[in-house]
Amino acid sequence: MVDKAIYEGNRETAWCPGCGNFPLRQVLVDALADMDLNPSEVAMFTGIGQAPKMPHYMKVNGFNGLHGRALPPAIGMRVANKNMKVIVETGDGNAYGEGGNHLLHNIRRNPNLAHFVHDNQIYGLTKGQASPTTGEEIKTVVQPNGITAQPLNPIKLAVSMEASFVARGFVGNRDNLKMLMQEAIKHRGYALIDILQPCVSFNKVNTYKWYAQRVYELDDSYDPTDYKAAQEKAEEWGDEIPLGIIYKNEDKAIFHDKLPQIDDQPLVEKETDPQDMKDLIKEFK
Amino acid sequence: MNVNIVIGGEAGQGLKTLSNILSKTFFKMGYHIYSSKDYMSRVRGGHNFMSIRIGTEELTGPSTEEDVLLALNKETIDRHKENVTTDGVILYDGEVEDLEQDLISISAKEIAKEIGNTKVANTVFVGALLKILDLELDVTEKILKDYFAEKGEEIAEVNAEALKQGYQAATSQFSLPQVDRDKSEEMMINGNQAVGLGAVMAGVQFYSAYPMTPSTGIMNYIASKENELGIVLEQAEDEIAAINMAIGASYSGIRAMTGTSGGGFSLMNEGLGLAGITETPLVIAEVQRPGPATGLPTRTGQGDLSFVINASQGEFPLMVMAPRTAEDAFYQTVRAFNLAENYQIPVIILSDTFLADSKKNITEFDLDSIEIKSGYLTDEEAAQIDDYKRYKLTEDGISPLAYPGQLEDDVVLIDSDEHDEYGHIIEDSETRVKMVEKRDKKLEKLTAEELTEPEYFGPEEIDHLLISWGSTYGPLLETKKLLEEDDVKVGLLSFSDVWPLPTEKLEELAEDTELIVVENNYTAQFAKLIRMETGIKAQHNILKYDGRPFTGAEIYNRIQEEVIK
Repeated sequence: MVDKAIYEGNRETAWCPGCGNFPLRQVLVDALADMDLNPSEVAMFTGIGQAPKMPHYMKVNGFNGLHGRALPPAIGMRVANKNMKVIVETGDGNAYGEGGNHLLHNIRRNPNLAHFVHDNQIYGLTKGQASPTTGEEIKTVVQPNGITAQPLNPIKLAVSMEASFVARGFVGNRDNLKMLMQEAIKHRGYALIDILQPCVSFNKVNTYKWYAQRVYELDDSYDPTDYKAAQEKAEEWGDEIPLGIIYKNEDKAIFHDKLPQIDDQPLVEKETDPQDMKDLIKEFK
Repeated sequence: MNVNIVIGGEAGQGLKTLSNILSKTFFKMGYHIYSSKDYMSRVRGGHNFMSIRIGTEELTGPSTEEDVLLALNKETIDRHKENVTTDGVILYDGEVEDLEQDLISISAKEIAKEIGNTKVANTVFVGALLKILDLELDVTEKILKDYFAEKGEEIAEVNAEALKQGYQAATSQFSLPQVDRDKSEEMMINGNQAVGLGAVMAGVQFYSAYPMTPSTGIMNYIASKENELGIVLEQAEDEIAAINMAIGASYSGIRAMTGTSGGGFSLMNEGLGLAGITETPLVIAEVQRPGPATGLPTRTGQGDLSFVINASQGEFPLMVMAPRTAEDAFYQTVRAFNLAENYQIPVIILSDTFLADSKKNITEFDLDSIEIKSGYLTDEEAAQIDDYKRYKLTEDGISPLAYPGQLEDDVVLIDSDEHDEYGHIIEDSETRVKMVEKRDKKLEKLTAEELTEPEYFGPEEIDHLLISWGSTYGPLLETKKLLEEDDVKVGLLSFSDVWPLPTEKLEELAEDTELIVVENNYTAQFAKLIRMETGIKAQHNILKYDGRPFTGAEIYNRIQEEVIK
C-alpha cells in the first residue's frame, strides 16, 4: 500500500462545509492508496462544476476540461496509453445532462475506465437548478412549478444498454463505496458508479438523513451477473434504494479489443519516423 | 494546347470510376492534368459532373469551356450544351436533335450487352473517348487491369473487351500532341488526401472526427492506413466529442488531429478554446463549404475565414493556414503539427471543397525534407524535472510539456479554468494577468520567427496586384497569364499563412499599385483582414459566392469589366 499522504492535496477547497464531496474524496484516496497505485499512474478526467474540481484537491494527473465533456478526452487517453488507470469524475449535470450523448456512446465503446458520478440531484455550482436526476416534485428558483421532465434513472439507463459495470454507492456507506470504487477501477471495461451525495446548500430534500433512511447494501444473495435480475433491481428507487454492483459483465469486449492495429506497446511510447513511410507515396504515382 | 473533358450524369452512374480511370490514363501518358468535380448532396439521381482538363503545359484550375462532353444521360446534354465549344463534340448513347456541336452516338449499352455485362457500358465510352482524342489504348488497358484486378479475371477481361470495342466504334476528332516528358518525379493527389498524407507523415497517431462533407476524405485516407501504420481513427458521436478526444490524446502524449467543415467546427468552438487555455497541441482541418448552417453541402466557398480566426470566446493564440494547392496542403499539414506542439497551440488548416476534391499532377513530395520536431520533453529532460509546473512562466511563454506517466513522481495537471503554474484553478487578478500575457507571448514569438510570407509571382514593376488566399491561387495564376497576354503589368500575391497575417511583402508591393483581392465569399473577408492588420485598403474586390469555384477566364473577364474597363 502506498502512503495515503502522497495523494493529499494541500489546497483550500471551494466545497461547502458538510459537502458530500469531502467523504467521497477521502474514500477515493483510501481506495487508490490501498490498490498500491502511485499518483503518476492515475489520470483523472473531469468536467466543470463542484465535483469536477477533484483533481485540484488531491494529487493525480488531471484533465479538468469542459462541462459535460469529461468522457471524450478520456477516450483520447485510452487510445494513447492503455496502461494508465483512468478515472472520470463528474457531477450529475456533466454526466447525464450536458454530456448525455457521450455517456450513451461510451457505454457502447466500453472503454477501460471508471466513471464516478457525484449525484446530488441538483446543480450546486450554479446555485440550485434542477439536474437530470432531480425529483419531479421539487421546486427550484428557475423551476418554481416543479420540473418539466421526468427524472432520469441512470442505473436503469446503463443497465438497459448493457453497460459492463453498473453500480450505486452512497457517501454515507464508506466501506461499501470504497469496495465499489476498487472494483470499478479493477473492472476491465466501462464502470459507472452513480454515487449518492447530498448537496447541503441547495438540495433540502435529498439529505444525508433522506438517503440513510432508504439505502441498503446488496448482499451475496444478489447476483450482479444475472441480467434479468439487474433489470429488475435497476427499477428500485424511492423507499428502498439498493447500493452495490447492480450489473456486471466481464466478458464484454472493451474498446481496446476493437483496435487490433495497436500492439502491446502503448502508442505514446512509439517513435514515428517519416522515412519509414515513404512507400505511402506510391498510390499517388 | 489544352482540352477540357466533362463527364456528366446522375449520382450512382459510375462517374467517379470513369473519372479516376481517365485521369490516371492522361497522367500516365504524361499530359498535364487538372481534374475537379461538381456534385450534388445525394447518393442517387440529380446531376453531377467531373471535369478533366488536359494539356501540354501546366494547368492550375478548371475551365467552363467544354471540348468533349461525355453525357451519361440526356439531362447532361441539356445542361451543358451551352458550354460545349463549337468545335467540341458530345458523346452520348442515343440521338439528339438540333445540336450545334457534333454528336457522336456510341451504342455503349448495346455493345456492353453483346459482350455479356451491361455494367461495362462506361468502359465502352472510355474506349470511344480515347479514339476521339486519337490516343493509344495500351496505357488504359494496364490501368483497367490493375483497377479491376481485385474483382477477378473475368471482370478485367470484359472491361478490356469493352474498351477495345468502344475504341473501334468511334473516329478521331482531335489530334493531341504527343508528350515526351519525364514524369517519374510527379504524382497526382487531391487536397484532402494531401492533408491526410501530411498528417500521417507528421506522425499523427489518432484522428477523431464526425463525418462531414467535404472533410470526410481526410478521414477516409487516414482510416485506410490504420492497419498499415498502427494508428487509430475513431468516429466520434459528434464534433464536440471529436475535438475533446483529440485534445485528450494530445494531453496523453501523442499527435492527434480532428477535421470537419464549418458546421462541425461551430460545434468544436468550446473545445478550441480548451486547447487554447490548456495549451494543448492540436491540429484541426476545417474544409469550408458555403454556409450558414447546412448551406450548400457539396459546394465550395471561403466564407469561414473571419469566423475561424475569431473562433471561441476569450483571447488565446492560434494559427490558421489556408493551403493554396494540394502540394502546399501536404507541407503545411506537417508544419501545423510541429508548430502546434512546439508552441502548444491549436493550428487550423483552412481548406475548401475546391481544394479538397481537385486533383492535378504535381512534383512528387520531398519526403526527405519531412522532419518531426517534438514539442514534448525528452525522457532525459523529464527525468531532471523536480516540482513540475505545466504552466511555468518563461520568457517566451512556452512551458515544459510533459505527458502523464512521463514524470516518475509527479503529475501533469491541465485546467480549462484559469490556473496557476501548476495547473491549479485560480481567480486572483495577478495570476490571471500573468497567464493571459504568457499565452500571448507565444503568438508574438510565432509571428516573429515562424510566419511564411505570401508567395509572389510577377515582375518588380506592376500596376495591378492580384491577391489570393488559399485555393483561389490556381485560377488566379491563369488569370495572370491572360492579363499578361494583354500587356497588363500584373503580379499575384498568394497567401497561405493567414493568421497571424504576414504583412511584410504585402506592404512592400502595395505601394503605387492597385490591389485586387479575389475571394470566394460575399463580404471580402480577407480584404477586411488586410485592412485591419495593415490599414491598406484594396481598391477592388472580385467576389463569388454561388458555391462554385472561380475559373481563370472568369476572373479575367471580371477584371476587364470591373477594374481595367
